[in-house]
Amino acid sequence: MDLINLTIHELRDLIRNREVSSEEIVKSFFSRIEEVEDKVGSFITLTKEKALEDARRIDKKIKEDITSLSDLAGIPVGIKDNIVTEGIKTTCGSRILENFIPPYDATVVKKLKLNGAIIVGKTNMDEFAMGSSTENSTFKITKNPWDLNRVPGGSSGGSAAAVSASEVPYALGSSTGGSIRQPAAFCGVVGLKPTYGLVSRYGLVAFASSFDQIGPLTKDVEDCAIVLNSIVGFDKKDSTSVDNDSIDYTKALIKDIRGLKIALPKEYFDNRIDSKIKEKVLDAVKTLEKLGAKIDYVSLPHTEYALATYYTLASSEASSNLAKFDGVRYGKRAKNYNGVEELIVKTRTEGFGDEVKRRIMIGTYFLSSSHYSEYYKKAQKVRTLIIRDFEKVFNEFDVIISPTTPTLPYKIGEKKEKFISMYLSDILTVSANIAGIPAITIPCSYIDDLPVGMQILGKAFGEEDILSVAYTYEKNSNFQRRAPKIKEGIKNGI
Amino acid sequence: MAYKTVIGLEIHAELLTKTKIFCSCLAEFGKEVNTHCCPVCLGFPGALPVLNKKVVEYCIRAGLALKCEISNKSRMDRKNYFYPDLVKGYQITQYSNPLCKNGYIKINTKDGDKKIRIKRIHIEEDTGKSVYDEKGNILLDYNRSGVPLIEIVTYPDMNSPEEARIFLEKLKAILQYIEVSDCKMEEGSLRCDININVIDEETGIKSTITEVKNLNSFKAAVKAMEFEEKRHIELLEQGKNTLKETRRWDENRNETVVMRVKETVEDYRYFPEPDLVYIEVDENWIKNIKENLPELPEDKKERFIRDYNLPEYDAKVLTSSKKLADFFEETVKISNNPKQVSNWLMGDILGWLNVKNMDISEIKFTYKEFADLLELINEGKISNNIGKKVLKIMFEEGKNPKIIVKEKGLLQMSNASELERIVDKIMEENKQSVEDYKKGKEKVLGFLIGQVMKATKGKANPQLVNKIILEKLRQ
Repeated sequence: MDLINLTIHELRDLIRNREVSSEEIVKSFFSRIEEVEDKVGSFITLTKEKALEDARRIDKKIKEDITSLSDLAGIPVGIKDNIVTEGIKTTCGSRILENFIPPYDATVVKKLKLNGAIIVGKTNMDEFAMGSSTENSTFKITKNPWDLNRVPGGSSGGSAAAVSASEVPYALGSSTGGSIRQPAAFCGVVGLKPTYGLVSRYGLVAFASSFDQIGPLTKDVEDCAIVLNSIVGFDKKDSTSVDNDSIDYTKALIKDIRGLKIALPKEYFDNRIDSKIKEKVLDAVKTLEKLGAKIDYVSLPHTEYALATYYTLASSEASSNLAKFDGVRYGKRAKNYNGVEELIVKTRTEGFGDEVKRRIMIGTYFLSSSHYSEYYKKAQKVRTLIIRDFEKVFNEFDVIISPTTPTLPYKIGEKKEKFISMYLSDILTVSANIAGIPAITIPCSYIDDLPVGMQILGKAFGEEDILSVAYTYEKNSNFQRRAPKIKEGIKNGI
Repeated sequence: MAYKTVIGLEIHAELLTKTKIFCSCLAEFGKEVNTHCCPVCLGFPGALPVLNKKVVEYCIRAGLALKCEISNKSRMDRKNYFYPDLVKGYQITQYSNPLCKNGYIKINTKDGDKKIRIKRIHIEEDTGKSVYDEKGNILLDYNRSGVPLIEIVTYPDMNSPEEARIFLEKLKAILQYIEVSDCKMEEGSLRCDININVIDEETGIKSTITEVKNLNSFKAAVKAMEFEEKRHIELLEQGKNTLKETRRWDENRNETVVMRVKETVEDYRYFPEPDLVYIEVDENWIKNIKENLPELPEDKKERFIRDYNLPEYDAKVLTSSKKLADFFEETVKISNNPKQVSNWLMGDILGWLNVKNMDISEIKFTYKEFADLLELINEGKISNNIGKKVLKIMFEEGKNPKIIVKEKGLLQMSNASELERIVDKIMEENKQSVEDYKKGKEKVLGFLIGQVMKATKGKANPQLVNKIILEKLRQ
């Protein structure tokens, strides 16, 4: 049986029917990893021994009592390397945390462990989640499994590629401006950024605290709901977390979409977006219309300021969040220094990559007392306007649909030095992070054998709405579960 | 030339909460280094702060006691700077929107009553502690990292070091009364920064404000202010001015020394702390805290004057510390003679505390035992003087006065016939004195009484001795 191409729910059923053991599943995925990891480069750290040990422990439990088993029990998962894992290196793709082994688990990791999930390793990412291509990792460049010459998107590129290449059935990523949806779209998988506050951020190494959110990358929408079920919930360790754990998101999937109102924001279909992508997304919308949804164009007038608002606020928060990496308590410390100041300066100079330094400097500038009103404060005001734009639309509509990315996956190196053009990859995704609302991407077509993502946004805590639309589309189209052919020829780490 | 001194203070008080401000680590002082630490108070990657509700409550309590307005909605901000004992590269504090604003403390000065206005009281976290070894290495103890603080900022309303001292003492008493801080300066739980300058009242020329940081005793604070006041005036008189600088008090040299010159304003890049939500305080909570606020020193003083008929001076001294006031009131409940209790407390007991450099809470006997001592005196079982001796033993050994009196045989001799025998013997031995008295030298009476007291080791009832001798002399 080809276990690696199965979804969580399919694997779960096999386990429940005692047709396979967790150990067999984990072994299958590790042999897949051995087969393709060299080409794809999804992982920074692999934890094979521990995973097999955990699988055997779960198998023992399964033998004893199958009734209390969670959907995720015995099934492997990849964790983005900015989510801390007790005893497992957590690098954030950065030299400065190269050898950092956290003494504690992030709340989501704790929850996954309680559900019996098996961690196979930590996935590659843009350093401190800053980037849209996973080219900014200190350790390696992850390749897009659909075309190894192309980027997998970022910053959760490792997680997206790992799921796409069937190295894991699912993975966790994090999104600050689109870092789950954008790589999911590039890699042809499902990616969900939940409502801000729905999933605890405790243990997620902060990039921009008021934007960051953890979410799943999966093969299909049902899996997405399953993973969401197990990671949501109030966490007293995160002040911004809210209580919503009584909802079973898998039950929302089969909701009827007849009469559902879908908004298409005209700003999300403008000339900055690849016309072929627009076409494919509109085709998908037509499918939903045929199924009974009502479609109308709307305006989100402040969209053009979203990217600037995002980069201003996120860089400002980042400049402060990354100040804790000073070489004093953990992580890398520069070798030769005179005095405290030099210790900190040298450690940071050697430890951080260019993109991180760029954002720290920009953020420091935005927050400086002489520029605070001009940038940070103004951006906060625009943020409020963007939130109101969405509120207005959601007063009349249930969901908003748009493309997920303005382009198809681009070539490795193509935008590496053109960071402004790289920032534009997030143009369609940042607004959801600015407003804190949920958004999902699902594959809706392929152009030249490269995946196209459709983005569905919902009102705050409207995960049920977007999951039901996504699920309905998925069941009524034929773009799901295509597996990329991972071609030979490219060695890791160009 | 006449100069006016202008002083403003910033006081940090560590709150007496059980746990730290953003995590559940214990906030206790004096534990083995780096034992009360967790990912949150060490600023580990991914760790998030959660505000301790008690901290908000204590800050509101302080705000109400200092007559402040309480903000119904406030928030925490980040203050960014680098220092090895600062774990996150920023300190979480309140900047643009403090929890308490616009309060005051009334103080009595030699020129009458004066209001010292309080600009703001805000919540913040303490940093870790840096210790320098002989080689100049910095060793870090993070037990203090995340201990909750309130910072109380005054307007520059004090015009002499003496006024500032009175203010600080009163502030300390209030914070102790409401039990939000133990204000132990030697443990760093009360620290004070001074902003000071002088103005030439004739020309209006001002010296530049200097800041003296981290004063850890009232004595040092006063000395530093006096030193600065003098330094500022001297410079102005030479036609010079002070620099905009931060100084510290050097205990050994008895002077302030420069820490750093402030050429530019430090840019802390304050911005709202995104990891915490707004602090919302509803009116009911404030009302509840207000209702449960203990009686404050000023009110207690008034009540002492009214209810116990004490002179203002006594009332002021007794209410200067809550523990002293409580000790007084508990004793009065038993012995029912407020002025006598006050005299003993203010005289002998405060005297001994002073000598032994102790706090009232540290003495070895209880108010009940103190009341027992007064009872022995009032019943005539011991004299006042013996009482003082017994008190000294109580201070040293912490024994019940009744037991002390019994063990040491200090009970007063009030047996008339026994005393008569002793008086006879003394008169027999001092015939000359008796003669002198009869010739009109009344002074010798005192001498004779003294001799009797000496013979009885002070135990004789002096009134009775007086009476017996007089009777015999007149015979």
